Amino acid sequence: MKNSPYIPATDSDQAEMLQTIGVKSFEDLLSDVPKNLLFPELKLEEMLSEPELVNYFNYISKKNFASKKKTSFLGGGAYNHYIPSTVKAMIQRGEFLTSYTPYQPEASQGTLQVGFEFQSMIAQLFEMDVCNAGMYDGPTALAEAALMACRIKKNNKILIHDSVSQKLLDVLSSYSKWQDVEIINYDEIDLNDQESYSCLLVQSPNQRGEIIDVENLSNLIHEKNGLLIHHTYPISLGLIKPPGQLNVDIATGEGQSIGVPLSFGGPYIGLLTCKKEFIRQLPGRIIGQTVDKKGKTSYALTLQTREQHIRRENATSNICTSTQLIGLMVSVYLATVGPEGLKQISETCYHRAHYFANEINKINGLKLVSNNFFNEFVIESDKDVTEINNYLFSNNIEGGLNISDGDKNLLLFAVTEMNNPKDIDETIGLLRSMHD
Amino acid sequence: MINKSLPLLMDQSKKGRKAINLPEIGVEKSILPDKKFLRDSIQLPEVSQLDLIRYFTNLSSLNFSIDTNFYPLGSCTMKYNPKINEQISAFEGFSASHPNQIDENVQGCLEVMYNLQNELAEITGLKSVSLAPLAGAQGEYAGLLIAREYHKFNNNNHKNIALIPDSAHGTNPASAAMAGLNAVTIKTTSEGDIDIADLKEKVSKETAVLMLTLPSTLGLFEPNILEITQIVHDNGGLVYADGANLNALLGITKFGDLGIDICHSNLHKTFSTPHGGGGPGAGPVMVTKKLESFLPYPHIKKENDIFKNYKPENTIGRLNGFSGSFGILLRAYTYIRSLGAGGLKEISENAIINANYIQERLKSHYNLTSSRYCMHETVLSATRQKENGIKALDIAKKLLDEGFHAPTMYFPLIVDEALMIEPTESESKETIDSFIECMIMISELSSSNPEEIINAPINLPVERLDEALAARNPVLSWKKE
Amino acid sequence: MSEIPNNLKYSKDHEWVNIEDNIATIGITLHAAESLGDIVYVDVSSLNQELKQFDKFGEIESVKAVSDLFVPVSGKIVEVNEELESNPEYVNDDCYEKGWIIKVEITNLNDLTTLLDSSEYEKII
Repeated sequence: MKNSPYIPATDSDQAEMLQTIGVKSFEDLLSDVPKNLLFPELKLEEMLSEPELVNYFNYISKKNFASKKKTSFLGGGAYNHYIPSTVKAMIQRGEFLTSYTPYQPEASQGTLQVGFEFQSMIAQLFEMDVCNAGMYDGPTALAEAALMACRIKKNNKILIHDSVSQKLLDVLSSYSKWQDVEIINYDEIDLNDQESYSCLLVQSPNQRGEIIDVENLSNLIHEKNGLLIHHTYPISLGLIKPPGQLNVDIATGEGQSIGVPLSFGGPYIGLLTCKKEFIRQLPGRIIGQTVDKKGKTSYALTLQTREQHIRRENATSNICTSTQLIGLMVSVYLATVGPEGLKQISETCYHRAHYFANEINKINGLKLVSNNFFNEFVIESDKDVTEINNYLFSNNIEGGLNISDGDKNLLLFAVTEMNNPKDIDETIGLLRSMHD
Repeated sequence: MINKSLPLLMDQSKKGRKAINLPEIGVEKSILPDKKFLRDSIQLPEVSQLDLIRYFTNLSSLNFSIDTNFYPLGSCTMKYNPKINEQISAFEGFSASHPNQIDENVQGCLEVMYNLQNELAEITGLKSVSLAPLAGAQGEYAGLLIAREYHKFNNNNHKNIALIPDSAHGTNPASAAMAGLNAVTIKTTSEGDIDIADLKEKVSKETAVLMLTLPSTLGLFEPNILEITQIVHDNGGLVYADGANLNALLGITKFGDLGIDICHSNLHKTFSTPHGGGGPGAGPVMVTKKLESFLPYPHIKKENDIFKNYKPENTIGRLNGFSGSFGILLRAYTYIRSLGAGGLKEISENAIINANYIQERLKSHYNLTSSRYCMHETVLSATRQKENGIKALDIAKKLLDEGFHAPTMYFPLIVDEALMIEPTESESKETIDSFIECMIMISELSSSNPEEIINAPINLPVERLDEALAARNPVLSWKKE
Repeated sequence: MSEIPNNLKYSKDHEWVNIEDNIATIGITLHAAESLGDIVYVDVSSLNQELKQFDKFGEIESVKAVSDLFVPVSGKIVEVNEELESNPEYVNDDCYEKGWIIKVEITNLNDLTTLLDSSEYEKII
């Protein structure tokens, strides 16, 4: 008795095949499996038919605040930006969604050309020479970038600028802990010492939303024969100078903000770009342009000898499946907004954030503590910030990220083009009413 | 399929065109940062919305995909990706949930994750689960880190060797290297089973972990599995199972019963989440109870009917930015719920029968690597065809011409001219029969008219590519002519 | 051009050696080049370094494979064929002449006795 629309074999199909194989029953095919361990009981949740699935998951999804929120000021590495209809339409195409990694290029020119567009557009956005086809997410891209610098410089000392968030450091630590690498705080070194370092990691905008003078840091680390690695926020690049103009050697970022839904943390995409002299040390897949037998322009995975399926233990990384479909979303996004649209979105985020911050700063008991910020800023409060967030929550507004430490009550607010001025004013009104 | 080159967007771009209307700033402007921080110009394509949609839609038609073609890629489990999974993952309550929200506000997402943890625990027999890893390779890496932390916790720091069969997937030794382990190769027999004598010789008190793929990369169940796991345990090591081939074992047997301590599963293989042209995937890691405190975080627990995000006591750490690839986890959970225990067992049953059917019908045309019944995939060798100058690569290209995606080629490395075929349970007998007939046709053509195969493909948007040029002269992004 | 020129010496790692005074010019044999396929990149990481016989001196990559390169005689690598940077295909087209990879200043002449002559090399392939 067949249970599923996903299994076409009928009883007679099965009988025919078993007969061709030459066995009486399915069990006859399993003689290598220890008999007493065969066909264990599986105590799983009951099966649901398709309409029941919709009901069940609809009910579960409504247990999330997201199903009723009016507006959101939550950031901290993932942002509520607009996802154009073009993006949603393209990822529904089964030819993109259900295709495999393009190891057979003749059957995958769609995936490959889209991937090449992705590499091109991110390279242009970052103004860096080369971009790979995508990493798992921003933090792992940064971790792999640091390890890449260690290989290039044959030096295992990694410097961390204080702009880099704890979360990025935690991921770097997981990736480097067993690899004989030293992680050192930039503030703790003597710039005049004779030491050399593989790289300096800097995050700008930093974890408090502030823009850092990256170019200045690049001069300092280059004097110590190290590479500068800059982790950035793509939407900010519509307004702010990109890494390529700051003498950065490797630039990374989280691609979620450019066309990818929040989806409780994933799937996202890591952006990894570098100067062309480093390309053989770049991890992940890379798509290159070439021609076919008839001279037609076409695309293929290239420089594969860096990767695990060829180099095995000497590979630049163990990464295999990454995030190709998310790369499609980013490509469609960037092509949809274009240079003018990206600039407009970026400016909208900047100005609305500053308007919001300035108004909050006028409220008693609340103080703006970030300087020179893009679209995220920190507010210090005289009261426990959970009270603030709960009050906003009861009005269906998603407040800021609680980053209170020790005795300081701190809230990190992010503002995007999805926060319309009316909602911002309403929120200001609510905050004011809490503090009067 | 469109049969001409589609120019890149930057080549189609024209100043002034736009593909979307965006809102005005709407508030009083503030002073911008110092000029030294500001960008002068951005270079991105400017196209109309129609031209954009047409471009990407036409590109999609250049692809093979499960929705359009049979994809018997061994070890990839290219099964049908149900549309209901896509629909449910787009429910606003899920897709708009912010990962930095406090637990109270994302109880729906946490419930999905908690339930999936339980389902995977039951399926694999390894009771403690973390859904954090973002792909199989990251799951492998997590598994190895767990082994390392466990040994360190027990003051066994000398345990720094990973035993890896010569038939292993490349990610295995690559992950071992990232975890700072020395990879020692274990020989396998011609049928891909672990050579027990070699294992006994190479296992030692320095063994941290044995990495196994089960069923093996030759598609066969390891007949000595209980002895193998015992040998490793007797030396204080842990056994890690690469779950890439889990599609053969659902309801058939459990890793936990076989002496496995740690495993990962590829949700984008066994559990139907779409491959997307190369990801995203997810690679949850499952461990025995004694290893639970080492799991990566976040990890979901339930306390008094409330779901919470935990940091295990001796955790290996944070592997990525948030809680894992939630959109993928949700799709896998939807899939498991649509099948239940009975449905999952039928998945493996039919996957195994389909693969054996192909093996039986092709064995007189291609060399088999084993005379045993296979599990969910069979590995053929094109050595017979090689005598006429036809290699596995050529057979693959001819299959593309006939509308079938090629099987996995040249893997495992220990088989000459390998073609690894995994039909999955999703395919009807009619589709499988037409594939078999095509393979037989190609075999016959290899002796009667090999040029037709060497020149393939000729029916696709492009013919064989100059991959040497792509590597010698890398052109990796659009450049102005 | 013969597949295995008589005037050269060979190593078991499929390298050829041409000796003039105390300088050895080294490359890979036709057999090796054919097994690898189209060469895309040659990476010599040890210019000016002193190496012992059979130490790894670099790597050679084709589209689908990578192979380590081992120095067949002890010495100092004094020159690297820079043409291969933009023309790695010289190794496929003319592996014994245009496709030479490094020149080594020999420090231990005894090493030459361990090399194979053309008929001995032919036996091992």
